[in-house]
Amino acid sequence: MLATASQTIGPYWHLLEDRSWADLTRFGAAGEVITVSGRVIDGAGNPLTDACVEIWQASPPASENFSGFGRAATDDAGVFRFKTIRPSALPGPGNSLQAPHLALTILARGLLFQLSTRIYFDGDHANENDPILALIEDPARRATLLAKERETGSWHIDISLQGADETVFFEI
Amino acid sequence: MSFIDRPFRPYAPGSQPENDTPSYRSTRFRHPAKPLLKIPQTITELSGPGFDPARFPAIANLAVSNGKEALGERIIVAGEVRDEDGRPLPHTMLEIWQANAAGRYNHARDQHDAPLDPAFSGIGRVFTDDAGAYRFITIKPGAYPWGNHANAWRPNHIHLSLFGPGYATRLITQMYFPGDPLLALDPIFLATADEAARNRLVSALDMSIGQADWALGYRFDIVLRGRQATPMEDSDARHR
Repeated sequence: MLATASQTIGPYWHLLEDRSWADLTRFGAAGEVITVSGRVIDGAGNPLTDACVEIWQASPPASENFSGFGRAATDDAGVFRFKTIRPSALPGPGNSLQAPHLALTILARGLLFQLSTRIYFDGDHANENDPILALIEDPARRATLLAKERETGSWHIDISLQGADETVFFEI
Repeated sequence: MSFIDRPFRPYAPGSQPENDTPSYRSTRFRHPAKPLLKIPQTITELSGPGFDPARFPAIANLAVSNGKEALGERIIVAGEVRDEDGRPLPHTMLEIWQANAAGRYNHARDQHDAPLDPAFSGIGRVFTDDAGAYRFITIKPGAYPWGNHANAWRPNHIHLSLFGPGYATRLITQMYFPGDPLLALDPIFLATADEAARNRLVSALDMSIGQADWALGYRFDIVLRGRQATPMEDSDARHR
């Protein structure tokens, strides 16, 4: 048996949208609350206004109060926004330690297979030894995975699907 | 290392569509031009969200809304969700969305000149049972035009979203209907290179799923990525 083929989520996926899903703290999670926003642009520099963005984090561990999963739509400016609990470092392959991160999935019209990447937190010392970031040799490319803190507890990342500033996307 | 720690295996060549598919116009500026970075699967990729039906209640009958019957051909869709080793995946959430019988989505951005049906929202959610089986009732969606090329029409389809056991098993797909002549013309359907793989997106008429004098039934089985047969040294991740 082979895995079923992926197909695009299309422009009408918002029928699934429940805006409360963008708040991962809504079930009463405890921890350091942060907001993470991002802006998604295409290879022509235009914002993606119809994308579905999902985050998954294995830290803090999922519980009754924290599902670890969020979904948000991009708005007319291509911007998505999540409220969540700041993750901690996690074990990586071998004896490595992964820096705090969020897994990010982008689904949209024009994408036949989901795009996967990660969001790390700029300035976290653990980034220097992160086994996934270490796979990216070019510092400019590595920087495409680093969210910047705009205000205390408010992080932002620019995501580019194609072109000179293209975000590093993963094959998992 | 326990079974659950094993990484998911790579997709078989040709079994998944390429994002760089020029015949599907919207891919032009949206597909990454640089090669994807292959990363080892860690706890982040091996674990994934769970959805409790108590918190995310099922909507298993899309054909009735506020006590009103939707217009169109009532159908029952059922099947099994398994991994590539044939193991059933119990208690997995499926999200469902689709156009109405006239080929119109209940969505502000859908401006196709076809009527909305106040009795049809086109939204559903079901969970697989202990044996990995799911079932929902809906109406057969209509074909609709889209701007991809001259006189382009999407074949009848139902959108499905599944999570499976890990972040790496996420699947968004579309279920099609047997004998639809638009399939041979559809760049989205045709984007999957392997013919057998794309034909598995076509459901089968199944009289045992249908209900006599009430609804036709279609079988659509779904397969999510399986795990590697042997654990890999470099993907040792611990589960909570």
